[in-house]
Order: sequence, then structure tokens, then C-alpha cells
Amino acid sequence: MTAYRLATGGLVDRSHAVRFSFDGAAFTGHAGDTLASALIANDRLLVARSFKYHRPRGIVTAGPSEPNALVTIGTGERRDPNTKATVAELYDGLEAVSQNRWPSLAYDIGAVNDLMSRFLSAGFYYKTFMWPAAFWEKVYEPLIRRAAGLGRTSLPRDPDSYEKSWAHCDLLVVGSGPAGLAAALTAARSGLRVLLAEQDFVLGGALLAETTKLDGEASYVFARRAIDELQNHANVTLLPRTTVFGWYDDNVFGAVERVQKHGVTIDPGKPVERLWRIVAKHAILATGAEERPLVFGGNDRPGILTASAVSTYANRFGVVAGKSVAVFTNGASGYRTAQDLVAHGIEVAALIDSRADAAESAPAGVRLVRGGSVVDTKGRQRVRAVVTDRGGFEELIACDAVAMSGGWSPVIHLACQRGGKPVWSEALQAFLALEVGAGLVTAGAAAGHYRLSECFEDGARKASAIVESLGRPVAGFERPSIGEEIDPSFTALWHVPGAKSKAFVDFQNDVHTKDLGLAVREGFGHVEHAKRYTTGGMATDQGKLGNINAIGILATMRGVSPADVGTTTFRPFYTPVSFGALAGTSVGEHNMPTRRSPLHGWAARNGAVFIDAGLWYRSSWFPKVGEKNWRESVDREVRNVRENAGLCDVSTLGKIEVFGPDAAEFLNRLYCNPVLKLPVGKARYGLMLREDGMVYDDGTVSRLAEEHFLVTTTTALAGGVLSHIEFAAQVLWPELRVRFLSVSDQWAQMSIAGPKARAILQAVVEDDLSPAAFPFLAAREVRLKGNLKARLFRISFSGELAYELAVPAGYGEAVADALMRAGQPHGLCAYGVEALNVLRIEKGHVTHAELDGRVTPDDAGLGRMMGSAKPDFIGKRLSTRFGLTAADRAQLVGLRALEADKDMRAGAHLLKDGAKPSTLNDQGWVSSACFSPTLGSHIALGFLKSGRERYGEKILVWDQLRGVEAMAEVCDPVFVDPENRKLMA
Amino acid sequence: MASLISCPHCGTRAKEEFFIRGDATPVRPAPMAGDDMWNDYVHVRANPRGRIREYWQHVAGCRRWLVVERDNFTHEVFSVSDAAAGRGGER
Ligand SMILES: [Zn+2]
Repeated sequence: MTAYRLATGGLVDRSHAVRFSFDGAAFTGHAGDTLASALIANDRLLVARSFKYHRPRGIVTAGPSEPNALVTIGTGERRDPNTKATVAELYDGLEAVSQNRWPSLAYDIGAVNDLMSRFLSAGFYYKTFMWPAAFWEKVYEPLIRRAAGLGRTSLPRDPDSYEKSWAHCDLLVVGSGPAGLAAALTAARSGLRVLLAEQDFVLGGALLAETTKLDGEASYVFARRAIDELQNHANVTLLPRTTVFGWYDDNVFGAVERVQKHGVTIDPGKPVERLWRIVAKHAILATGAEERPLVFGGNDRPGILTASAVSTYANRFGVVAGKSVAVFTNGASGYRTAQDLVAHGIEVAALIDSRADAAESAPAGVRLVRGGSVVDTKGRQRVRAVVTDRGGFEELIACDAVAMSGGWSPVIHLACQRGGKPVWSEALQAFLALEVGAGLVTAGAAAGHYRLSECFEDGARKASAIVESLGRPVAGFERPSIGEEIDPSFTALWHVPGAKSKAFVDFQNDVHTKDLGLAVREGFGHVEHAKRYTTGGMATDQGKLGNINAIGILATMRGVSPADVGTTTFRPFYTPVSFGALAGTSVGEHNMPTRRSPLHGWAARNGAVFIDAGLWYRSSWFPKVGEKNWRESVDREVRNVRENAGLCDVSTLGKIEVFGPDAAEFLNRLYCNPVLKLPVGKARYGLMLREDGMVYDDGTVSRLAEEHFLVTTTTALAGGVLSHIEFAAQVLWPELRVRFLSVSDQWAQMSIAGPKARAILQAVVEDDLSPAAFPFLAAREVRLKGNLKARLFRISFSGELAYELAVPAGYGEAVADALMRAGQPHGLCAYGVEALNVLRIEKGHVTHAELDGRVTPDDAGLGRMMGSAKPDFIGKRLSTRFGLTAADRAQLVGLRALEADKDMRAGAHLLKDGAKPSTLNDQGWVSSACFSPTLGSHIALGFLKSGRERYGEKILVWDQLRGVEAMAEVCDPVFVDPENRKLMA
Repeated sequence: MASLISCPHCGTRAKEEFFIRGDATPVRPAPMAGDDMWNDYVHVRANPRGRIREYWQHVAGCRRWLVVERDNFTHEVFSVSDAAAGRGGER
């Protein structure tokens, strides 16, 4: 046992034991622990294997920049891979397992990579896995995937819920350390709406681990008091466990709140995570500073932590990483850690300062090595000693932990996410975020003000300026009196010369100094190139710890300043965000709702098989007992419609009411065919073009009154056509007096088609439906028996005598049921969209399978509809251009299969008989195909070059996807009743 | 791109409520204008960097078509107005 829990001290609740497990072994910690602090308390410093070399790795930090201690927390469907143990709040029953090791952490076979490391140097992805190409699928990819074991997600569906929320505030403060608290208190007292977000589960930031007294008391006492005050301000919202991960346009911030990620029992009434979008007038980034690791030989051995992490673990959590700690520093911070250790009664093996001229003195009894450096470490899965070098004199110093301090970097990621470039400060030897855009400022250590007094003052000062800019009086904030504070100055030491083993820069991606050297030598010295070439900074921690050292090393090797090297680009997210939080409530049916027709119940009662069709859930066919497959059902439905009658749900069509004195004129410009003189009580087929002359959508236009029309759209384009109409009315012709209303969901609509349709319908409708009283294309309001008002249209998609009856949606099922009863003696059947499709193909009617955006009205055989005499309509001008009127355009034709056993499918190519199957010989394509029970053969609609001149020609239907070649005869697309006798009956 | 758009009818709303059609500068030519004018109107777009005008429809709000003037480099939004404003419409 070397790491352990101190007898006293820390902010954990020692009266409250918390049980948890790691890799199957049971442990206890305390309330207030992180998983990392509890592991240290149990002497479990080895927590992971590294990505490339599978080297044993331990906890390095005490915060969100942790590169090593990635674990999977939870079991079954509640598994969160790649969770940082250093921020994971400990809870009773927590189960964590390590990652990237096989068979176990202690005995990992992949560690052989370490011995082969000279073959795995920078750029090895590019160099090693180049050829042969066939090796990628079979060898390289499985190899890389197996080795890249950074956590695996669970495959079962996430049982928990997530949500998204908006928040609005005058001031968002990110971080609750001294600067954040000073800023929040200043703004809160001045009456601003303040939102304080903190990624930790306890508010207070660095004050939770600080040993300096504030107003004569422990610093966390001051923090608690400040938080109590903030909590009592009605204008303040505190958001602990909330990571602000992104800064977006208009000062909108993205944040994720872990609502229930710290317990086994999940309240299903609450989300486990909440994604916040925070609209802030102003924001203060008080995210503190990050301590840099030192890059020395063997610096990745478990037991080597940053000095601030050692202090934090001791001061906040009451745990220490070792009984004898060596401290290696390049500045004042290492002395503070040595002091903290001595105060806790822990032996400091040596305090090694890289600066020969350091002014600080070591705590009493601690051996100070000025001008020394660590060049190697000893130990296997735990550091046992450091090898120091001082002027060529090497010494082995035994220790069981190392605290390293390489200076400080302000945490400025968020401030640089919108294009603002970090600025190098020679004085601070660090990058700062200056003038990154209105609405956000950094404060305290995040702005390079490291002393505690400066943090408080800077936070208050920047909040005061914001209060003033909002035109409000500033209420004062007096910083507390501060005990002994340090100035954490340092002398940059990017890498320690004389390393005797690998000196790691990026722990998570196993990038060491030699990799960077190779990148520079091979011409990839630019910071963005070096990143890709070495993969430094590309791991899940995005180089939070290592990037700055990499920049410093690149600068040294290239002989320039870090200012000239610059940083890689900062982008959201600051730390990884779960897919669950990003999806929010948009999962399953909440993401893709099942849209049911108002006739759904009727269809279900009649035994429909349903299918997802676009946004809708539609009745596809209605199988009867004894029917062995869908084709039997569809064939029967088609035959029955042609011989008797059928009832089909067509409620999904888009329906738009158009009103106004200029409604007729407006529609006349919207459709390519004339609408102006459409009589009241009549319907007409309507074809809409795009401005480029291609067909956009089709439907019917019915004039219900002089200034009142109803237009229908295809199901798929109901939304698009409404938007198109609104654009035409609002932007193209705002002078026209016209208004719209989408009523697609207000009406249940059913088609009654077949020779007996009139007789059946007449049993339900009061009005006279005789051919004279209700002729083809009649469209008007009728009264049903039982006095319900309905709309009846005599239009036909099937080519039969047919009507479409629309009733208010809520009456749909009752009316459909009544029709089925009335139709029983006439042999009425229900039919679905499959039969509807066969019926319309037999009749040569087009749908979006034909009108695919490349088709003109003439291509579709509808050229005669064009109202060329109209002064203007959308698409008129460009429909006359040369390319759209060329003689060899593909035209709509019918295709009748010549071989009974060979069907045709949409997408097949049409070739001349005898032509070699090749797209070079392409003559057209099949757009829709089916078996026609009426004709007893496979038929299709398609487009063929100059097709209308080629009726009777035998043609090859080439379906390369299915490997089928079939012969077909070109014919008129109207296969049944070309004289429209049935239609007009 | 902006996170928020101030609709002149509905107030400041999230950009997800809007549908963007594209360049708002081309004006629909007279019906019998020349081929070049119609070709330009339908097919030719400049795609400049900087200040642009675009048609946005507030589809999840008032459903009005708006003209958003913004900078596609800095993402600054200069103005949002109803597309029919000053064009003889009732708005
Ligand atoms: Zn609006």
C-alpha cells in the first residue's frame, strides 16, 4: 500500500461510506469523492493501458483534462464508455471497468507494441498501411480496430430520457472558482439575471483545494458562503454538474447538465442529462488555468501526477498518491505542493527544480535540488524511483509518487471556438484569449491573472464593466483578505533534455518527443500538420494537457517562438457530449412520429397490412383468408375494383384551401394549365412546374366558390407545395389578394372506384348522383344521409367510374364503415396503396416515380395541358428553351413484357433490341412496374427516347442490379380503357 | 450562421425554426424577357463572401418569407424584414 486516505482533512463525508467496484473488485470511498480520488484512496493508481503501446497508465489530473483515467461506468444498457474517473462523482453501487486492455490491466498482451515501438512511430498509419489495398478490409482495419480499444458502447437501447432546454440571462459565468464567484456576486448584487455553470458537482472551483485562508477561514468556507448568498438571489440560477461545451453565434452557449449521472437509481420522471442552450447577453469565462505536465523520460508511469492534482487530492479529498513524493517543478507551484504534502505529514523525497537560480526555498526538512531535472523513472506498473541529473551527475531517488509542475496555461478553449486566435504572451509563456469577439471575456486565471487576489479582483472588475454597459448601478464586491498567496511564476521547460526513455507529450495518443522530431524532419512541422502526422491532440481529450508542450517543442525544434507556431483550431465540444443529450427527446417515435390517417381504424378493422410511406403509415393491402402472398391480395383488389368497386384511403393527399378575390388569377400563374375560367363546382387536373420548366407536382384544383378553391398535392410534397405557394404569394406577387390554409389533416378522404361506385355512394349521399346531376369532374359540397356535410369530387386515378369523398376527419371511420355496409351487396372491397398503384399504372397515370424533377409536361405526355396562351405562369418562359423541346427527349411510354416469367422493375435501363447491355447504349428507363391482373402480364411505365414514335418496337429491359434482361413491347401508356368509357359512365 | 433570427412578426427565434431558400437578390424577370435574363434568374448565383441577402421562411412560426441580410463570413445579421414589405403587399 502506498496511496491511501489521510486520517483527517478534505471535504469528503467520512461518516458516509460509498461502495463501488473497479474491474470487479469491491472498494469503498466517501460521499464527495470522485471515482479517481476513491481509487487513489484504495491504492489503485493503475487504471488504464495506453492507446498505442498499451503502457500501464495512472491518474494524472484531478479534473476534466485527464488523458489516462478513462473508464467505462455502468453496466448493461447503462454503459458510459470513456468517462473520466477524475470528474465522475462517486455513488453507491457504481461499477467501473478499465478499457484498452486484454486480458487484464496487469497482464496486457498488447504491451508488446511497446517493444515494437520503432515500427509504430509518427506517421505510421500513413507509412505502414499503404498497400496492398486489399489488405485494408481483411488485415489493417480489424487490426487497428482491435488495438484501438478506447471503450465500447452498449448495444441495447438507452433506457433513459434526455431533454433540451433554453435559458436566457444577462450574464453567464462559466466556472465557480474565485474569479467566477466574484463575478457572479457582483452581477447578482447589481440585479442582473445571472447563470453560473460549473462542471464539478461541488461549486467553488480552486477554492475547494486551496490552503490559503480567506478572511481568516478555510477558503472553502468562503466559497460556501458565497454560494449561499447566490442561492438566495432570485435572479441567479446555479447549474452545478454542467459543462459549457460550446460558444456559438449570437452569444448562445451549449451546455450539458448531468442531472442523474451520479446514482444507480434513476427517476424515470427526470432526464439523466439536459442539454442547455443559453442565450447570454454577456459571458465571463472563469475556467481557471491548467497545470502543464513536464516532458521527461518515463513521465507516464502510474504514480506521476501534476502537482496541482497531488495538492487537490490531498486538500480536497484527503487522499495521497504516495508515502514518499518526489516533486519536479520549473516554478513556484511545486513549492506549494511540497508545502501541502509536508502539512499533511507526507514525506517529500526531493524537490527538484529545473531552475538553477530559483529564489524560493523548500519547506523545512525537504531536500531541494536546484538546477536539476528528472531524466528517467523506474518501476513497472508504479513509479519506484526517479533518476535525476544535475550537471551530469545522475542520482537515483526512491519515491512512490511524483508531482510534476510545468507551469500554467489559461483554459481558453471556449473563447477561441468562434475564430478568435489565441495570442502568445511572452511574459506568461502562455496563450491568452484577447478580444475574441463581443459578448465574452475571460477573467481570473483564465485571463492569466493567477494570484488569488487578482482572481477575485479581475472577476469583480469584469462583471462591473458588464453591469455598467447594461446601464445599471454597480453593487460592490469586496474581496476577502487573503492569507499567504503565491505567484505561480515559472520558467518554461518544454521538454527535459537527456531523457533516457520515452518522454510523452500526449499521454492518451502515446505521442512522445521523438514523434514530434520525426514530424519536423519529415516536413510536417506546421502545428496542424504535426497534429495529424503524430496524432498528438487528436484523442478524446483533444490535447488539453499535451498540446501546449507539443507547441513549445515544435517551436524549439524549428527555432522559433511558440507565437510563430500558433495553436491548432479550437472547436466545440470542450469535452465529449453524449449522443443522448444531443438527441434530447428526438428519439424513436418522437423523432419520426407515426402519422396515421383518420381512416386508420377503419383500415385496421378491415385487416390492412400497413407500410411506412414517407411521413405516413398507410394501408398497403387487405389480405383475405387463404391468400398466400401480397400479390394474390393485390391482384384480387385490382380485379374487384375493375369489376365491382373498391374503397381506398386517400386522406394523405395534401389539401390547401385558397381564398381571395385574386385566388383564380393566382392559381392561373401557379399551374401550367389554365385555371382562370374553371367553373364553380368543377375540378380540374393541375400541373405545377418549377421555374426551370420541369414538373414540380400534380394534383387537382376544385372551385368551391367564386373566390374559394381547394387544391390537392401529392402526399410527398404537401409541405413543399405549401411553402412554394407561400413564396409565390408573398414574394413573387404580393399584390395579389389571396390567402391559404392547409387542411390536409382536417379531412378524411376516400376514393370509391369501380362500375358500382355510384350505386354504393348513392346509398349514403342525399344529393342526386346521376350522371347528369353529378358528371365527371363535378366537385361540390354534398349532404350525407344523417345530415353530415361532405365534399364530393368525381375524379379518378384508377380509370374507373370513381369519386373522392371528403368528410371532417373525426367522421372518417364512421362514413367508411357505412360505405362498406352499403357496398356489401355490390361486392365493394377495401384496397390499399399497392392496388392503387397497379390501377394507375394500368391507366397510365403518373406519380413522382415519373415526375422525378427531370421531366417536362410534354415528356410525361401532358404537353397539351400547357396554357401557352396565358401571359405568365411559373415555368412558362424556360419550358420553351431548346433543350426542353428537343425531339429526342425521353417520352412516357407503356411497356408490356413479352416473356411471362420475366418481370420488370423501376430503375431498369431500356436498350435497343440486340444492343450490348451498357449505359453507353442507354435509351431510357423504367419508372414504375407491376403485374397487371387486368392484362394478365407484367407491364411498366417508362421513358424512352422519342418514345411516342416507337409504339410496337421490341426493346430490351436491362436490370443490371438484379442481373435480369427481359424483352418488352413499347406501347401507349394507357393500358386499359383508352376511350375513357368506364371513366365517363 | 446565426443561432438566433429576429422575425419581424414573431420576435427572436432559434434558427431551426426557419427554412433557407437562398439568394434573395435575383428579381423575377418579365414573362417575355430575354433568355439571358431568365437564365441568370433561374441558374446563375454569385456566391460571394461577405454581406449577402437570403430568403428565409419562418416555417415553424408565422410562415412568412423574410429577407435576412447577413455576413456569411462573420455571421453578423444586419437586418431581417418581411419579403413583401415595400413590394405592394399588405404587410
Ligand atoms: Zn415569424
